[in-house]
Amino acid sequence: MLAPFQDPFFQRALLAALLIGFTNGFFSGFVVLRRTALSVSALSHTMLPGIALGILVTGALTQANAFIGALAAAMFVGLGSVVVSRASRVAQGTALAVLYTTAFAAGVAILPLLDTATELEEWLFGDITSVSDADLWIAFAIAGIILVFSNLFFRPLLLTLFEPSVAAAQGVPVRAMNYLLFGLLILALVASLQAVGCVLSVGLLVAPAATLSLLTNRTQWLFWGGALLGAAGSVGALLMSWHTGLPAGPSIVIVLGFFFLLAFLLSPKYGLLPRMAAAAHRSP
Amino acid sequence: MTSPGTNHDCCAHHSHHHELVIEGLTVCYRNLVAIEEVSLATSCGNRVGLIGPNGAGKSTLLKAVAGLLPRTAGTIAWRGSAVRKWSREFSYLPQREEVDWSFPITVRGLVEMGRYPHLGLMRRFTAADAEAVEKALATLGIEDLAGRQIRELSGGQQQRAFLARAVSQEAHVLLLDEPFTGLDRSAAASLASLIGALAEEGRLIIASHHDLESAPRLFNQVLLLNRTQRAFGPTGEVLTAQAIDSAFAA
Repeated sequence: MLAPFQDPFFQRALLAALLIGFTNGFFSGFVVLRRTALSVSALSHTMLPGIALGILVTGALTQANAFIGALAAAMFVGLGSVVVSRASRVAQGTALAVLYTTAFAAGVAILPLLDTATELEEWLFGDITSVSDADLWIAFAIAGIILVFSNLFFRPLLLTLFEPSVAAAQGVPVRAMNYLLFGLLILALVASLQAVGCVLSVGLLVAPAATLSLLTNRTQWLFWGGALLGAAGSVGALLMSWHTGLPAGPSIVIVLGFFFLLAFLLSPKYGLLPRMAAAAHRSP
Repeated sequence: MTSPGTNHDCCAHHSHHHELVIEGLTVCYRNLVAIEEVSLATSCGNRVGLIGPNGAGKSTLLKAVAGLLPRTAGTIAWRGSAVRKWSREFSYLPQREEVDWSFPITVRGLVEMGRYPHLGLMRRFTAADAEAVEKALATLGIEDLAGRQIRELSGGQQQRAFLARAVSQEAHVLLLDEPFTGLDRSAAASLASLIGALAEEGRLIIASHHDLESAPRLFNQVLLLNRTQRAFGPTGEVLTAQAIDSAFAA
């Protein structure tokens, strides 16, 4: 039972899962409140060609290169979709879908040509069991930045998400708050790349707060509950994958998805089954 | 009886009332003039109705005073000093359809937001803030609803929750966008008496309103608006058949 905790690789993986699960679980509150889960999915796919280009240009894979490449690609596709929708009759969501799948395809095509040891599959689905000490420090730094900034600006961010026009009338710099959220989102995506890869990263950034939104109406709990759920789910999934041999990244997303399903069915107030039971009770 | 905006200087000296003075307020969207040359002077304790047909610019006027829309021209002065962009003493209540009712926030959470302008980024939420929130909930009679999500309220309760936020913000000027729309008769009556009580406590209420029939009961001053200002003054003097015809005809 204690065997996994004595393996130094697994120890690092557990710590990474704890950090990334907690931080991304916290940040998922913003994603859910902003109702932008789909564009987050688009951004996460867009990171792949960005990182590939970053390696191609600089010749080396570091977290800094990965971040700059991912940010550039996300900006390019995000702004590109705005330009296309303004300059034509194509809706922005449609433009975004075309641009990000194209970018993703370009990333998948470029990656095998690059001279790195990382396999394509690792990019797509992550490999948390191979994190190095350096990776852990980066994850720690990203977690710190995200938690400090989102708590420091929690009030203006919340006002911006709830009523942007009223927030502006109270002196909140709404545009700056939106840029801050965008920057932190890219950081969170880069951090989760290692754990679950770019295809599944959106799961870590949506499922925890989505689950909490079925359990509570208290805005704060969306964030801190999401953080606890993200951490517990990630660590639990990692232990499960050690014992069952299932790959770690997908296990994390499966466990978080399972939590969501449980809440959807069983939440005392908003769950499907309790509501059906209450309805049956009312009309005998 | 149009724009009595010229004699406010003497009033300010002889009265303890806080004055709101709007002069020549004009708001344009791109090339379209939404409101033009609106001027009024009023003070705390009044209930001012903005009356006019659809598209007359009632919401635009409220939003411009609240600082939600940029002014093209004109000045707004509150308590003798110019309001450049926004004031913490103003509180704006959006129209019902502009609120995201599914947002996971409780009534208490919403009322706590009223404290944010006082708290800024760093200050802790203190016992005094909690007390202000409790008082606001009690003033609007919604203590029992504090734990509800905002969609789980009736229309009248939703308006009261937003008014409670304005009270916890300690706002002096309440800018209400169509607060009575969609309320049934009894909810509208209780909201009207709450708004009356808030005005009696010394707050200035400015509300857009489209129902001419109920206006005299709700407001003691009226601004008749149809893109340009048609009349402003005591309700009885402004809401004459002739003035109404002219405002609603154009």
